[in-house]
Amino acid sequence: MSAAPLSVQPLPGGGLAAGVGRRARDWFPSLVVLVAFVGLWEGIVRGLKVQRFLLPAPSAIWTSFSANQGQLWHEGWFTLQEALGGFALGCGAGIVFAIVVARWNLLGDALMPYAIAANAIPIIAFAPITNAWFSPLTKTSHMMIASVLCFFPVFVNVVRGLRSVKPAQIELMRSYAVGEFTVFRLVRVPTALPFLFTALRVASVLAMIGAIVSEYYGGSLDTLGANILQDASLFQFEKAWAEIVIACVLGIGFYLAVALVERVATRWQQRVEMIGA
Amino acid sequence: MNTVAVAIKNVSKQFKGGTIALQDIELDIEAGEFVSLIGPSGCGKSTLLRIIGDLIESSSGSTTVNGKPAREARRDHDYGIVFQDAVLYEWRTVAKNIALPLELAGWDKERRQKRIDEMLDLVELDGFAEHHPWQLSGGMQQRVAIARALSFDPALLLMDEPFGALDEMTRERLNVELLRIWEASGSTVVFVTHSIAEAVFLSTRVVVMSPRPGRISKVIPIDLPRPRSAATREDPRFFELATQVRETLHLGGGLDTPLAATGLSEGAA
Repeated sequence: MSAAPLSVQPLPGGGLAAGVGRRARDWFPSLVVLVAFVGLWEGIVRGLKVQRFLLPAPSAIWTSFSANQGQLWHEGWFTLQEALGGFALGCGAGIVFAIVVARWNLLGDALMPYAIAANAIPIIAFAPITNAWFSPLTKTSHMMIASVLCFFPVFVNVVRGLRSVKPAQIELMRSYAVGEFTVFRLVRVPTALPFLFTALRVASVLAMIGAIVSEYYGGSLDTLGANILQDASLFQFEKAWAEIVIACVLGIGFYLAVALVERVATRWQQRVEMIGA
Repeated sequence: MNTVAVAIKNVSKQFKGGTIALQDIELDIEAGEFVSLIGPSGCGKSTLLRIIGDLIESSSGSTTVNGKPAREARRDHDYGIVFQDAVLYEWRTVAKNIALPLELAGWDKERRQKRIDEMLDLVELDGFAEHHPWQLSGGMQQRVAIARALSFDPALLLMDEPFGALDEMTRERLNVELLRIWEASGSTVVFVTHSIAEAVFLSTRVVVMSPRPGRISKVIPIDLPRPRSAATREDPRFFELATQVRETLHLGGGLDTPLAATGLSEGAA
């Protein structure tokens, strides 16, 4: 151990840019692992002559990707819009309900058990039915599944966040004789922010899953889900895999975007927490 | 001219479970005084402080602050308060924590900034304005809390064991600093503590309380010369007064219950 722990920590130097730079260095080993992994994959598929319907080689997936780029990004964009729409809707509703429930305790006590129970329902099972509820060729029905998936973690976490204020921080506000709305704005909201972002990161993943899986059950053919299903059944495995790669890239991008907003919005948090987050 | 800053008349407090926290408390605190409330756990000293601050309502009796009922005084921002924990808002920088009461009182930005600088200077934290609370030591955090409580020039400062969680060295240093700040600001201080040495060192008067039910056993005037410094702690008069406080505490019913006695010996150490 080279540096003794100090009671007074220096300000984190250099801000966000340095943070990203430091991360690039930290990420280098992971990058090596990725390259090694893809190389190994290619080697095994070629060496063992793995059937292409089991696992196509990365190079074959890349060829298919290059050939169908326009269509693939179009599908991806369609699905991402569903996921983004569902995310906005579900998270928005989750936040609004959480505020209402945290404000009126009785209502919260009455609703919380159902919210937690509903959280355990495999929402995706409803996908075929939402296709019947909403016009199946628009984005709405898939968006609905994504939004319901996003709703519960956000709702539950924000309620928890709004309620986990420290009593002393409220007591101090009382000494300033301020109203409940000011306490909400100045104490409850900032306290709930880390809880909210934890839920938003989870929700970003769930939104993509919800959108793609509900696409398997029908709806527009412009979507990633519909095309993965169709290409796999038509033995176009390389293209199906290329679509999966697009889904991964978009999903990871979505997650990172949320994580980046989190970093900026809760920059006051301790570094150690942020690394863990 | 002496004016009464805090007038407590016949105040009692019974909690919902039936515990009588305070019984028939009578106490007048004059403007500019530094009054410590000392007593074993359960003597109601923190409750009394909160009744002065209108954070808890008394069951009977009246409390006036600056000639107004306690509630009105709270609404008029007549007092600043410091708790055992610094109670900083961890998403706010040091400067923004100090400026919080000023924001709530509607000060404009320029005036706020000027005051922040003055307060940082007062508690000797220049250069830490943009730090966040977690980057400060416990003692520094408590200084921020004091700066925040004093930032809007309240006539009265309420302190609930503000140095209770700090180590002895830090506590003694902050005691000296607090006296300097008090003398500079001219405000009235009501200070809750477990520590006999701290109470005697700081106060103009020490109010000794006894538990079950919480009562005032004795009010002991502290006639140690000012300004007080580290040398004051070696003054024979300091030991006399500390002994007087200790004996009053023991007479007050601390000794027959081992738990309370432990609390006392800790305070005396």
